[in-house]
Amino acid sequence: MSAMLLNKDKWPEFIGKLTAKNLWAPQAEGDAIRFGPVKEGDLPALDYNNTRVPPKQVLFPQTETMYRFQLGNVEMETPELTGEQVVLGLRPCDARAMDIVEKLFKWDVDDPYYLKRRELVTLVGVACSEPGLNCFCTTVGGGPASTEGLDLLMVDFGENYLLEAVTDKGKTLLEEVKELLTDAPADSAAQKEKAVAEAEGKIKRTIDSEGVPAGLPGLWEDPLWQRVSASCLGCGTCTYLCPTCHCFDIQDEVEGFDGRRLRMWDSCMFGEYTMHTSGHNPRPSRKERTRNRISHKYSYYVDKFDVIACVGCGRCINLCPVNIDIVEILRQVKEAL
Amino acid sequence: MINSENPYIPYIATVEDTWDETYGDRAIKTFKVVFDDEEVRENWSHLPGQCAMIGVLGVGESMISISCSPTEGKFLRFSVMRMGKVTQALHQLEPGDKMMVRGPYGNNFPVDEWQGKNILTIGGGIGQAPLRPIVEYVKANKDKYAGLTLVYGARTSGDLCFKGEFDEMSKSGDLSCHLTIDMEEEGWDHNVGFVPQMLLDLKPSPENTIAITCGPPIMIRFVLENLKKLGFEDEQIYTTLENRMKCGIGKCGRCNAGNMYVCKDGPVFCYSVLKEIPEAFA
Repeated sequence: MSAMLLNKDKWPEFIGKLTAKNLWAPQAEGDAIRFGPVKEGDLPALDYNNTRVPPKQVLFPQTETMYRFQLGNVEMETPELTGEQVVLGLRPCDARAMDIVEKLFKWDVDDPYYLKRRELVTLVGVACSEPGLNCFCTTVGGGPASTEGLDLLMVDFGENYLLEAVTDKGKTLLEEVKELLTDAPADSAAQKEKAVAEAEGKIKRTIDSEGVPAGLPGLWEDPLWQRVSASCLGCGTCTYLCPTCHCFDIQDEVEGFDGRRLRMWDSCMFGEYTMHTSGHNPRPSRKERTRNRISHKYSYYVDKFDVIACVGCGRCINLCPVNIDIVEILRQVKEAL
Repeated sequence: MINSENPYIPYIATVEDTWDETYGDRAIKTFKVVFDDEEVRENWSHLPGQCAMIGVLGVGESMISISCSPTEGKFLRFSVMRMGKVTQALHQLEPGDKMMVRGPYGNNFPVDEWQGKNILTIGGGIGQAPLRPIVEYVKANKDKYAGLTLVYGARTSGDLCFKGEFDEMSKSGDLSCHLTIDMEEEGWDHNVGFVPQMLLDLKPSPENTIAITCGPPIMIRFVLENLKKLGFEDEQIYTTLENRMKCGIGKCGRCNAGNMYVCKDGPVFCYSVLKEIPEAFA
């Protein structure tokens, strides 16, 4: 039971069954699509390009309580993470990002929050048939039907979805809804291949990263950094919306006697991120911060974990208010090498 | 000794003693703390150069170098300059108060590798805090090292930390101690001038010697330059870096200098490695 068909007539029933398992899926919110909990009776649609905000908050909430305490007391209480969850409708790039980020959260010391959430969630992805204008997953190690990070992959076959289990969690999920499924026909592999090739053909943007990880540190003083960061506002959108950006801040919040130690998304594009208490800042301007952002994704992360920390989702390009374009930055990097 | 279930949960320690090292706007206070849990107290092990996240619940945590050697006993020492929100709160702690401690973090000075060598520490201001454990460690293992020389300076005599200790050690012959302050002061009978210049004047021989320096970035830069002038090879020079940190375990992202996380790959770096990192002296 690893490849099955789900007829779209059965979609409401399928969703109904998953809703009982704490289902999260993309939902319309104004003119945006956003991941959120699916309420009973709701029917998420998968005809979206990708969500504006990646589903990374499923594993790495924007703000998360690490532990609670009472002022004047030293007892610390960690919130217990329980309850399984199904996230449906992730694009393969976002699931792949979770695999990439997990390497860091497992590096030498386990991050209990990230890893526990990962353990509790079943990730059901949907292959892309209409990649976005600024998608470039195929040149950074991904693809429109990549299964990395996913437990189950869905491919749109018109009247049906092809459901392919990737992990045991995926198999278990298929098992639970098996009365809604039929066996995939013999030609489904070929049909999938055709659909994937078609989607790949629609991806127009590319990055040539050959030699970039080793070469980036040598471009430290290159004028390109000034050029590509000149228009940057330092708003942090590129990092907040990046599925592989994992940097966080830790802050204490106190109301009356109730205290919480929180961690929240942070951004290397902010000055305070690296500012020493003395006021000295090793990355004093947007030039240094941009250089660090690109170097971290395309060189440092490769050094540590042997993978580029960019999945080519295109969000930082789509949503940068001043049109800074990581593909163009990488083109200039390549040119300067 | 990192908490295996949740590395972000600190251990509870009690401040046993605290005293002022320096006064004024940038006052430095030393804390001697002992873990409340006996198991933690017994199993905790650190080496010179390592750091810990210390803090106060409700205020926050800061990465501070452990300023004692494990040879001194089952306690920790931190020398903290009052600079921001957390260090301000730490300075309010009195004997009997609780301090939150997690760690130890980072790598350590390769004290085993250095056996049989002369150890030369060159410190400036609060930069002496991470060097003090080496001094204590070498002192406790005297027969394993060829000698110990300390060069230490600060703006004024009032800005020198651990001064009394060093005076005592030099009297007992454990250490060759050279102190300096930036400007002439009444009653000061040691050197006057900047640390890098005093180092040049002292002309320590690079032969069989390891030089370890820590202090303000500008001092480190000139000390490195002068060590090279004195004939020290890159491999004989070590320093310890600091950057803003939140997690201490290589996750929160911010403390990197180039591809090195100061909290994990550092804080101790040999100059042969450091000179390849363009951001190291930023």
